[in-house]
Amino acid sequence: MYATNYHRASSVQDAVKLKSEADEGKYLSGGMTLIATMKQRLAAPSDLVDLRHIPDLKGISVNGKSVRIGAAATHFDVASSVELKAACPAICDLAHHIGDPHVRHMGTIGGSVANNDPAADYPAALLALDAVVVTNAREIKAADFFTGLFETALEEGEMIVAVTFDAPAKAGYAKFRNPASRYAMTGVFVARRDDGDVRVAVTGAGAGGVFRHSGMEAALAASWSPDALSGIAVDPSDLLSDIHANAEYRANLVKVMAKRAVAAA
Amino acid sequence: MGVEGIGASVARKEDKRFLTGKGRYTDDMSVPGMKYAFFVRSPYAHARIKSIDMSAAKDMPGVIGILEGKQLQADAIGNIICGWMIHSKDGSPMKMGAWRPLAHETVRYVGDAVAIVVADSLGEARDAAEAVVVDYEVLPAVTEAVKALEAGQPQLHPEAPNNLIFDWQLGDGVAADTAIAEAAHVTEITLRNNRLAPNPMEPRATLGIYDSAEDHYTCYTTSQNPHVARLVMSAFYNVAPENKLRVIAPDVGGGFGSKIYIYPEEIVCLWASKKTGVPVKWTCDRTEAFLTDAHGRDHVSTVKMAFDKDNRITGLKVDTIANLGAYMSLFSSAVPTYLYATLLSGQYAIPAIHANVRTVYTNTVPVDAYRGAGRPEATYLLERTMETAARELGVSPAELRRKNFVRTFPYQTPVIMNYDAGDYEASLEAAMASADWNGFAARKAEAAGRGKKRGIGMSCYIEACGIAPSAAVGSLGAGVGLWESAEVRVNAVGTIEVMTGSHSHGQGHETTFAQLVADRLGIPIDNVNIVHGDTDKVQMGMGTYGSRSGAVGMSAVVKALDKVEAKAKKIAAHLMEADESDIVIENGELKVAGTDKALPWFQVALAAYTAHNLPAGMEPGLKEGAFYDPSNFTFPAGCYICEVEVDPETGVTEIVQFVAADDFGNIINPMIVEGQVHGGIAQGIGQALLENVQYDPQNGQLITASYMDYAMPRADDLPSFKLSHQNTPCPSNPLGIKGCGEAGAIGSPPALINAITDAIGNNNLTMPATPQKVWAALNAAN
Ligand SMILES: Cc1cc2nc3c(=O)[nH]c(=O)nc-3n(C[C@H](O)[C@H](O)[C@H](O)COP(=O)(O)OP(=O)(O)OC[C@H]3O[C@@H](n4cnc5c(N)ncnc54)[C@H](O)[C@@H]3O)c2cc1C
Repeated sequence: MYATNYHRASSVQDAVKLKSEADEGKYLSGGMTLIATMKQRLAAPSDLVDLRHIPDLKGISVNGKSVRIGAAATHFDVASSVELKAACPAICDLAHHIGDPHVRHMGTIGGSVANNDPAADYPAALLALDAVVVTNAREIKAADFFTGLFETALEEGEMIVAVTFDAPAKAGYAKFRNPASRYAMTGVFVARRDDGDVRVAVTGAGAGGVFRHSGMEAALAASWSPDALSGIAVDPSDLLSDIHANAEYRANLVKVMAKRAVAAA
Repeated sequence: MGVEGIGASVARKEDKRFLTGKGRYTDDMSVPGMKYAFFVRSPYAHARIKSIDMSAAKDMPGVIGILEGKQLQADAIGNIICGWMIHSKDGSPMKMGAWRPLAHETVRYVGDAVAIVVADSLGEARDAAEAVVVDYEVLPAVTEAVKALEAGQPQLHPEAPNNLIFDWQLGDGVAADTAIAEAAHVTEITLRNNRLAPNPMEPRATLGIYDSAEDHYTCYTTSQNPHVARLVMSAFYNVAPENKLRVIAPDVGGGFGSKIYIYPEEIVCLWASKKTGVPVKWTCDRTEAFLTDAHGRDHVSTVKMAFDKDNRITGLKVDTIANLGAYMSLFSSAVPTYLYATLLSGQYAIPAIHANVRTVYTNTVPVDAYRGAGRPEATYLLERTMETAARELGVSPAELRRKNFVRTFPYQTPVIMNYDAGDYEASLEAAMASADWNGFAARKAEAAGRGKKRGIGMSCYIEACGIAPSAAVGSLGAGVGLWESAEVRVNAVGTIEVMTGSHSHGQGHETTFAQLVADRLGIPIDNVNIVHGDTDKVQMGMGTYGSRSGAVGMSAVVKALDKVEAKAKKIAAHLMEADESDIVIENGELKVAGTDKALPWFQVALAAYTAHNLPAGMEPGLKEGAFYDPSNFTFPAGCYICEVEVDPETGVTEIVQFVAADDFGNIINPMIVEGQVHGGIAQGIGQALLENVQYDPQNGQLITASYMDYAMPRADDLPSFKLSHQNTPCPSNPLGIKGCGEAGAIGSPPALINAITDAIGNNNLTMPATPQKVWAALNAAN
């Protein structure tokens, strides 16, 4: 790690100001990605602005159907929230399967979403739940937020404050873990709204990051059951190939995980 | 057995310090004035060094010194050597290319050390290392051994045309060919034994301390064999004469073979300490460990096994290409030869065997012994071949093995080994009973109802531990003897220190060696301390590898105890006015047999040291040493059975049952033995399902350089293991011990792969059997 300056922000405004004053500042949330990257000397921010002590970023609230998860909520907070479990158990289950207990007690939804790792779990949930990423400046729909591998719509200095969504009628997540990292080698989040609208979002598999699968969405809108997906063919041409899984195998996993997600919903 | 004696599952004495974080490892060592080292390493797999410019780096904050290979060479520090000479079948010696501790002409793998930076802090050393400008002329690289032998490939060492290190053979080629020509059936298979990174929990580290006043060096290091390190560093690398070099291997957090070897870093840190005038500490990080720890395995073999019409094996022919990486590491030449081809008879009576082994340089980190070292490769090859043959011949895998087992001992194989004792059928029967082999068909049908493909596979392994005797291994090319030493030092109050030349890095010597003493003398293990790992404290010894500590190290302790007891009996006989032959040692007392006369152990010890009343002419004191040179290897053997369920939708393999029936001879501490088996099987399952070192074949970059990409087995990848022990005591050592440290890693991979290929109905599967591979193989079979 290179030397860096640490700041503890007390409010959203304070954090934005601290970062804007820094040479090459970075927001620090759980540090599960950022600190590791710094230790490997792949990132060298001049200043770290710690967001974890900002009251506005903390907490999870559920009001009827509408859910708000603060950006600094840890994966453990999300996995163990009783209110959230009642409203949308699938996202609790997703959070419970991120990394290991250490990671879940440090890593946050804001950090994960901002990082947009193509193998991260949350992007699939946000896209399928039609969630909104609330920043210090605006509200961004998930569909507009995730723009590519490790790329988001966040502007320089813009900060995620919360993630909001309406609880779905049904939702489920199925993850096929990478045998080494245990990130998603393919993860599929399915959600059905009260009005019957269905979304299927896939993480870990797309060459361009998280994506929706319209064929599966149509099939599930017509019939919400795992068998409804049996006839669907997943095209491998836009999928990732790496040392762990080639595109053909991932295409198979997308379908199998989608079925399992529906079964779990 | 007493509660703490031989055969008792005594809790490990050393665990309190390990479990409470009080272990003292090399990186915990700190001395006044100590500074930190960071190595400048090659980012290329193959390149010529045109120049090294340190000018900017030298002026960086905190920098004390930056040293490069030319200076090392000017100071006559020697090249790193391989300690086992192998001759090719044409009689020529193996082609050892120069491995410089710091390369200054050519780098041959990503991670090859080029310079050392010493600075006040690790951060400053690293900063300065980044500012060292090395001008490389990048050369083409080759990472696969089979490819490296082909015409027109990049050449690593001028000494080794076509990258061939040696082309060696063992056994009778004509006899094997004849058997194949005349066979009723020949099973042929090509197998790849995947390359593994050792991954001990504690990464390597070293602290080099030069004392200018005494002209003396101290080296703290993560070593499995500190005396060998001292010997090699003085005799071959010219770091310092032995009497001026102390090597200490304190607590060491696992080795699995990778800490046998003397690496560039130990040599360079000692030398750098003298050059810079400060103690120099280096600790490896995990990616550096992936890049620079010696890897294991990496064989490609073709096999032909001949059977007569009664399904008896009549011949075996093996052709192996082994990747040794960019340089020849310390025992690299022995692993694919005398630790591999000599085991190709397995548990079977095979009249004709021939093995041809070619070893090859590639632009990868050196490959050397890793838990099992050659024996896992032999076992995987034989046991996959046997399973394949059983399927081809339409007989049960157990039946084919039973028919071919060696049943009379001693048994001379055609490949050097002389098996001294064993009962292979006993382990097979025990394993099959424990696994409920006969109930498999019903379980398979039940699993099919749940949409799962269930399979079962077995592996009957034999291995050779406690490599010996010294004269024999010397005649086969070893540069060292493979005896072990012990000294038993009885203190005046009767407590005991045992100095052993073997070394514990997780095996539990501090408990098991104490149990042996407790068993012999009837004193509590708390009164016995085991001292190891420091060349100033312990007489010359050979260290720990190849499951030798029990069979060889403890046998040396037995010999020293024999001498201690003999002297103690003489003293007791004298004090109690009895005949020496009537004295027995029991429960901490020396008794006159058949009387109520007795002296407590401590009183005899005290008498030895007060020397007020000793037999005429006897020297005072009670301390004896011994060296033990075994007359043969030991031959642990056993049968492993694995049962799996494959999810046809994803190719995921779940191990639903794993049975291990092992014959380790006599056992000192069953709990520790079980721990060794558990760990070994976990590593074997890692090799079979998960682990795989991968280099980019184009540019030689290591792709699997972190746990993001290198899959280690985790607890939830593993089932509970069902273990049992059979016992045919080893006849060649006084304790009847065979060794148990590597068996799990040796026996388990083929059992697991045989189970998966059984489940999916396709034998065309390589390790690691990842979900993708299993899924593809399953689809190809349908
Ligand atoms: C061993 C291990 C296993 C893991 N396994 C998984 C897994 O299975 N699935 C998975 O999805 N993830 C996994 N992760 C990732 C982890 O869950 C975290 O979500 C992730 O590291 C980022 O969250 P963080 O809070 O740690 O962010 P940080 O590391 O602190 O920050 C990440 C990036 O986001 C930026 N950032 C942080 N907060 C904000 C904000 N509020 N506004 C704008 N930018 C911000 C930072 O500047 C930085 O660039 C794993 C991590 C580890 C170390």
